[in-house]
Amino acid sequence: MAGGRTSGVTLVYKKQIFMTFRIDTPINHPFRRNRVQLGEKRHFSGYRHAMPDFITALSVDDFASVTGWGRTAPTTALVVRPRTYEEAAAAVRGCGTRGSIARGLGRAYGDAAQNAGGSVLDMTGLDRIRTVDADTGMVVCDAGVSLHRLMEVLLPLGWFVPVTPGTRYVTVGGAIGADIHGKNHHVSGGFARHVRSLQLLTADGQARTVLPGTDLFDATAGGMGLTGVILSATIQLLRVETSLMSVDTERATDLDDLMTRLTETDHLYRYSVAWIDLLAKGAATGRSVLTRGDHAPLDVLPPRAARHPLVFRPGQLPAAPAFVPEGLLGKRSVSLFNELWYRRAPRARTGELQKISTFFHPLDGVPHWNRIYGRGGFVQYQFVVPYGQEEALRRIVMRISRRGCPSFLAVLKRFGRGDSGWLSFPVPGWTLALDIPAGLPRLGVFLDELDEEVAAAGGRLYLAKDSRVRPETLAAMYPQIDRFRSLRAELDPHGVFTSDLSRRLAL
Amino acid sequence: MKDAFGTPQSLLVLGGTSEIGLATARRLVARRARTVWLAGRPSPALEAAAGQLRRLGADVHTVAFDALDSASHEEVLGKVFAEGDIDMVLLAFGLLGDQANDEADPMAAVRVAQTNYTGAVSAGLVCANALQGQGHGSLVVLSSVAGERARRANFIYGSSKAGLDAFTQGLGDALVGTGVHVMIVRPGFVRTKMTEGLQEAPLATTPEAVATAIEAGLRRRAEVVWVPGTLRAVMSALRHVPRPLFRRLPI
Repeated sequence: MAGGRTSGVTLVYKKQIFMTFRIDTPINHPFRRNRVQLGEKRHFSGYRHAMPDFITALSVDDFASVTGWGRTAPTTALVVRPRTYEEAAAAVRGCGTRGSIARGLGRAYGDAAQNAGGSVLDMTGLDRIRTVDADTGMVVCDAGVSLHRLMEVLLPLGWFVPVTPGTRYVTVGGAIGADIHGKNHHVSGGFARHVRSLQLLTADGQARTVLPGTDLFDATAGGMGLTGVILSATIQLLRVETSLMSVDTERATDLDDLMTRLTETDHLYRYSVAWIDLLAKGAATGRSVLTRGDHAPLDVLPPRAARHPLVFRPGQLPAAPAFVPEGLLGKRSVSLFNELWYRRAPRARTGELQKISTFFHPLDGVPHWNRIYGRGGFVQYQFVVPYGQEEALRRIVMRISRRGCPSFLAVLKRFGRGDSGWLSFPVPGWTLALDIPAGLPRLGVFLDELDEEVAAAGGRLYLAKDSRVRPETLAAMYPQIDRFRSLRAELDPHGVFTSDLSRRLAL
Repeated sequence: MKDAFGTPQSLLVLGGTSEIGLATARRLVARRARTVWLAGRPSPALEAAAGQLRRLGADVHTVAFDALDSASHEEVLGKVFAEGDIDMVLLAFGLLGDQANDEADPMAAVRVAQTNYTGAVSAGLVCANALQGQGHGSLVVLSSVAGERARRANFIYGSSKAGLDAFTQGLGDALVGTGVHVMIVRPGFVRTKMTEGLQEAPLATTPEAVATAIEAGLRRRAEVVWVPGTLRAVMSALRHVPRPLFRRLPI
């Protein structure tokens, strides 16, 4: 830290670099930490693809305050943005005693892609799609490529990503690291199931090819970046005829009705999810709107749309303002929203054509939607309980409803068969995900109680969303955790790959 | 690491026998804290405090620490930080002194000033540097409403807390952007053994209430916490009272 250090700033406008300049910053004050000045938040919690056309500043190798999407528990790290595999390897080799962790688009809600006092590798600079086989639907791309970018490039060729979560702004590396799931989990499993091979930069600074079926693959899929830095991956895509979705919508009047409908007819759809009103009380507890569908075949498109069946044109609204007063999402405003959302949905409608962005990624329409929770941020709570534990699910829903957690857009889904990742989240069962403002009084204690309930039912929490579970509770939820720890102890004895999450949970 | 609600997993209490410090430690152990370091002068009271926290399930270590021996702070506290990350440092030591006696005995007054201010400056800086290296952590400093405006009745203690408060504010500003959170806690009259036998001031509070306020402050990443919260309004009025009137007030 003594003496001067050089940092560079690149100004980007409409995705074109138009100016680069370097700044010499003498650092001789012990408390002086160079901060990213322009567009800091845009850089760390957003992505320039998600941005309307204004200037964003990207800074190279600078200390910055980093949080997850929930904007809780900020810590400071040296953010390094490698542009080549060699730069990534050099960054890992020279990361220092507090280690390094890869970060994509920062959509993990908690502290998975933070590394206090160490370095964070911003992987979005590794953003090349290397090869696309338009006949077999096999793509080789860098880890920093976003699913949004893959859709832009691949949809016109008639291919779609095998699994997409509720946002397109996740990177391929993050998708494997968290073994993300989507509305098609009951049919297609997690993202890692569709990965044919990947390049992993391990603690020794070497890149190795990792194939499915090996221990290293199973530790890496869902391993939250703690086995190494994913550099690139080969992914099997899904063939589609059009870029539209054919969607069936129906309402369920309460939780039992919802669970019956999902159990009986889920297998008829490739994609299925239920939005659930967790503030509804009494007989209406668990009332929901089910939206299920599949990619529309070419022959159902009206003539006008059929002329350009594979066009990908997601809409975009203005970004959420940077400063939102705390408590905007209170119980009253959220109940009102939920009431409207429920009533707006048709009782039953079939075959509606929707854009991919409308069906899968409604929140991506508002860049920085996470700001609406204000400065205090929010926590996302997602758990799964196995089939046969419907009583536990019912109890948890009742408790959340009684507690009056102002949660809008809570979703319930049925998972299919799980995958082989040791820390991969999905197991066959019911999964519920909800957002809660972090400032809610005594929320920590309440969620600890729910954890107990989930663990007792043989369920588990999702690491990509967690920012608060107790280490011992998590260990009870993931039976393979010791295997994961011992593989890490062997592969990375000095703890080169370390994140705030791994420190908090002793992973 | 702290969780989303700012609750630490490891805690260092400087002034390991402080009642407010221990009430806070008990509260945090009940939530997440697993490792607690109690720093203070070796005494049966320090060991008793450690035993009490151990019974609550925490892994407790004691470390010999003397606020008056500033030269040793770097070494003593350095050893604690070398053992692993500290998520929160609670600077809880302090000396009330006896105003009437200390006015006549300058050396006793200096002892109050050295403990509350000089000792806190060196310990605070050592901890701030260590936390900065970690890139995360909270430094929580127990100031006092007495430091907000000097009163005739206890200006020796008040001035030392005023110095500490100003120091902590500046330190907090210096550490913005480093990942370290600095929080000033300004309690009013707290019923502890330090204030035993003194006449209770209005809005008196308890160590447990201070602990609750600290936990809430951590969650909000607050810079200043008043206990009770109403003191903020009261003090902002009192600090504007003209001096001829202020010195006559029965406070």
